[in-house]
Amino acid sequence: MYDFSTIAELTAEAEKAGLPISSIVISREANESQKTYDEVVAQMRHSWHTMKDAIDKGINNPQKSVSGLTGGDAPKIYSMLNASAGKSYLGELACCACAGAVAVAEVSAGMGRIVACPTAGSCGIVPGALYAAHRYKIKNDEPIVRSLFTAAGFGMIIDEMACIAGAEGGCQAECGTAAAMAAAALTELAGGNPEAVAHAAALALKNLLGLACDPVAGLVEVPCIKRNGFIAVHALTASDMAISGIRSVIPPDEVVMAMKEIGDQLPLALKETAGGGLAATPTGRRLKEQIFGKQTE
Amino acid sequence: MHGVFDIVGPIMIGPSSSHTAGACRLGLMSRAILGSQPFTATIELVGSFAATYRGHGTDRAIIAGLLGMSPEDERLPHAFDIAQEMGLTYSFIPVRKSGVHPNTAIIRLTDKDGHTVRVEGASVGGGNIMITELDGFRLELSGTLPSIIIAHLDRPGVIANITHLIAEAGGNIASVRDIREKRGQTALVVIEMDDELPPVYVERIASSRHILTAFTVPKL
Ligand code: SF4
Repeated sequence: MYDFSTIAELTAEAEKAGLPISSIVISREANESQKTYDEVVAQMRHSWHTMKDAIDKGINNPQKSVSGLTGGDAPKIYSMLNASAGKSYLGELACCACAGAVAVAEVSAGMGRIVACPTAGSCGIVPGALYAAHRYKIKNDEPIVRSLFTAAGFGMIIDEMACIAGAEGGCQAECGTAAAMAAAALTELAGGNPEAVAHAAALALKNLLGLACDPVAGLVEVPCIKRNGFIAVHALTASDMAISGIRSVIPPDEVVMAMKEIGDQLPLALKETAGGGLAATPTGRRLKEQIFGKQTE
Repeated sequence: MHGVFDIVGPIMIGPSSSHTAGACRLGLMSRAILGSQPFTATIELVGSFAATYRGHGTDRAIIAGLLGMSPEDERLPHAFDIAQEMGLTYSFIPVRKSGVHPNTAIIRLTDKDGHTVRVEGASVGGGNIMITELDGFRLELSGTLPSIIIAHLDRPGVIANITHLIAEAGGNIASVRDIREKRGQTALVVIEMDDELPPVYVERIASSRHILTAFTVPKL
């Protein structure tokens, strides 16, 4: 029976067993939930299909959000793959990751079906990054499904050691965790060993430390939707760094603890209260009034 | 530690786990407590629910739950139309109330036969909920396990009799909480079970001495 409560423990378990991190996480989950290994994998397969459906929907059917504030950006950035391909700096794969992530976030804002990953606000990052890997590198769905367990393993640890909610730790906790999850999954898919996987997660999280949660009108739209697109690409960068041999100078668990500490220090105005940052800009306030009317404070 | 599918999951209708998925669950739980299709619903929204419900689809999510839809049901955004088809009339009232969780809803329901319930509960994060008040009784009901809710006269031996019947059914009790308003009057007991209790035993509890009502609430 495998168990872990820190990144160091998870990597050590994997290395000792000579297995990828995904296997450790699947075994632990099967044991904890008293299901078979195959049942647990089947459940994740369903989640992956739900993610892909959301991407298809978001890329093909531009739709406004409930508030009317956002919508329709996923098809735009996706068009950079084809029509405007010559002008794209990112290139196809990264552009596809960005479009996929924005697509899922827009579907969520339009009251479509998504998989929280780890939250609804950050629901596009992991699917977008993995969708791009799937489309350009790993055609088979099964390794992708397995890599989602690797992502989950890091999310579980960060949730336990720190937090994953914007209201608690700012956006670094929400989108930062999603970035670490995506980077870990990508690195395992690219053939990185457990150490490289852990460092990809650390690098991704480290570079988002301090990120505020200041959504306009308190809605999960601005800056959240485009941020999903940016951070899917960010995860690709972290994976490439880790695969190339780059290591985080600060060990992964310490990066997580730093995130927690910064989260505790962040003022309430930057923790999903819509009291500061972008939400408190003149335009942010005007949009809020436009959506909810004057009387609501 | 949370499980894999709490982190990669739940599958849900966006945009917000607390303001949409959790709201839907509050509706679902209220419906389960009523035990039938609601006919009228009055929903008071408090705090952040009151301030942002329209932008998060909180209102539609609660109605969807009241109609029996789960947080991942793709009909959720059309809940208002479906409510009309199914003859549910409803109203939402933003209110100010202090000392409660910021994402609180107070849901009053009646069904066709005139049964009513008043359920107060909060969306506590990640789509999870906590029912905090039922018909004036304070309680804690999260819906993570199937539960039995029993209103009884506060007399000696009542709880022993209930647990005895549950043991006879082979049921395993996860927790028991007895809440009484005033000594010697009515009390409410909430029993969380590992598995759902067979309906015959629920009926036997309901028809026991000193029991006013007994009903089950499924795991959400
Ligand atoms: S800014 Fe806040 S609401 Fe938006 S994605 Fe980040 S944590 Fe979530």
